Amino acid sequence: MPSVMGLFQSADTAAAAADRLQASGFGPTDYEVLTGAPYPEGAFGEDSGDHRLFIFPLGGAMIGFAVGLMVTAGTQLSYPLVTAGKPILGIPPMFIIMYEGTMLGALIFTIMGVIFESRLPNLTNDLYDARITEGYIGLVVRCEDNTQAETAQTTLAEAGAEEVKQQD
Amino acid sequence: MHERPRLTPIQINRDLLRSVLETPLRFYVLLLFLMGLVGLGVFAATLLVTYGLGVTGLNHPVFWGFFIINFVFWVGISHAGTMISAILRLTSAEWRRPVVRAAEVMTVFSLLTAALFVVLHTGRPWRTLYWAFPYDFVRGIWPDVRSPLVWDPSAIFTYLTGSILFVYAALIPDLALARDKTTGWRRIVYGTLCLGWRGNARQWKLLNATGLLLSALILPVFVSVHSIVSWDFGMSLVPGWHVHIFAPYFVVGAVLSGVAAVIALMAVMRSLFQLHDYIRPEHFDMIGRLLAVVALAWGYFYFLDVVFALISKEEAEYEVMKLRLSPPYLYLFLLMIICNVFLPVPIWLFRKFRRNIPIMLLTALVVNIGMWLERFLIIIPTLQRRHPDAFAWGDYSASLVEISLVIFSFGNVGLLLLLFSKIFPVIPIWEEKEGHIWKREFRIGKLRLPAIVRE
Repeated sequence: MPSVMGLFQSADTAAAAADRLQASGFGPTDYEVLTGAPYPEGAFGEDSGDHRLFIFPLGGAMIGFAVGLMVTAGTQLSYPLVTAGKPILGIPPMFIIMYEGTMLGALIFTIMGVIFESRLPNLTNDLYDARITEGYIGLVVRCEDNTQAETAQTTLAEAGAEEVKQQD
Repeated sequence: MHERPRLTPIQINRDLLRSVLETPLRFYVLLLFLMGLVGLGVFAATLLVTYGLGVTGLNHPVFWGFFIINFVFWVGISHAGTMISAILRLTSAEWRRPVVRAAEVMTVFSLLTAALFVVLHTGRPWRTLYWAFPYDFVRGIWPDVRSPLVWDPSAIFTYLTGSILFVYAALIPDLALARDKTTGWRRIVYGTLCLGWRGNARQWKLLNATGLLLSALILPVFVSVHSIVSWDFGMSLVPGWHVHIFAPYFVVGAVLSGVAAVIALMAVMRSLFQLHDYIRPEHFDMIGRLLAVVALAWGYFYFLDVVFALISKEEAEYEVMKLRLSPPYLYLFLLMIICNVFLPVPIWLFRKFRRNIPIMLLTALVVNIGMWLERFLIIIPTLQRRHPDAFAWGDYSASLVEISLVIFSFGNVGLLLLLFSKIFPVIPIWEEKEGHIWKREFRIGKLRLPAIVRE
């Protein structure tokens, strides 16, 4: 499927171009906005979709807790040596390791979550321009056929794009 | 923040990538100096490994010396980094932007250095493996998880892993920028590390959510780490260590030394990389206010520690504190109190001093001298009198090997930070640009007031 990218110098012209794209029949999920810094969500009328990032740390925490429990209980039960009359499975000392395991699991899974939900690593050769990191804003339109790509090109050029690129 | 000069994204890229793309002469000078310090440490460590702990001043009853003092000191330094970053992110504090990455990275390198000292303390570093793996496979004997000496590595490992992930997550967009600005093998390396980041709205939304999530998760870990380090002492029955306020007291002390270290790092970075437009007096002003409060809180906890020992009517506790408050330790005690409270706090109360960068750098260094002495005074006098019988008392004087390794630790953290700054931007470029997106100016009468707009 062809895709078209327009490069804009300011956020206002990029937002106006996004309005024009929608007026030309493209939906908010048909284009993505590439920027060098985060803009407020919805600044360009795009739909970035829902995510389930918050589930990942929860899952990681549960796994980390279970591993912490296994390590603390398992290592003590494998050679049950009573020290100073203390119980083999004492909750306060076990809790510390389990707590650290829980937090470690949550932290690791959060990063796994953001990578997964951000669709990274991205190995595709999608349209991109290094000027985006210099403050330009890229509007990448995914088209179904060449006719739609031509419409997108015209719309972006008329909206004031500095440059319009197409990739088949 | 409000005093931020208006800069274009191209200027920001140029300024903040300068340390990565250009290598001035002063970089090599500093590199050589720090490598010299590290070389000294490598030589001392070689002596230690070759001849064993006999080359140190450790002897009965003082078996914890400079190595453990340094371990606690560097764990303390590591505390402020991620804490500052996490708290400032959670509260959306605008002045966090130039500070957070250097603080987070300092956490990582300080923790690595702290962990190194535990390994060195064993005298035979390979024996450290016995802590992690069963040393008797047949009978299934594992390290005792009921010991604080096992809690400690687990807490430090969690904090270290979390801090590395914290740094990496916020680094991804800047790695993509470095990819776009470099060529050849560097482009391949940055391109691989940034995982193909494009900077679309979904990725930015998730990155911001991750920053908040990681901040919320790492703060409880941060509190737990130095609490658990304090339990290395507090869980023992040694007079002077078996103190119930040790956990919060250690955490506050760690924040004090760590935040002071962040100030010193900011001052050095500002001068070394010409970051005057990014690290501004207002940043020192804000951190100075925070430090004044933390230093007073530390003073309060230290006062409690002394008072509890003196009025508890526990003879052993009293004797240990009496030793700490008698010459020659009295002089170190007074120096510590002056360095941590009486000298810096009055200075930090004045705005003009908080905005004076050389003065802030000086007070930050003074605080860290005081905090190192604090750990010395907790460990050494206590161990000298840990036994009630006078024939079991002893002295401690550090050997040249131990002193060299302490010097090495500063060189090591400095060298790692310098190398990091050569490979990665030390100020989050995308966060700096985000600050400019939100910046607005309001006109009220004849005044033009800078402001930051937030959702």
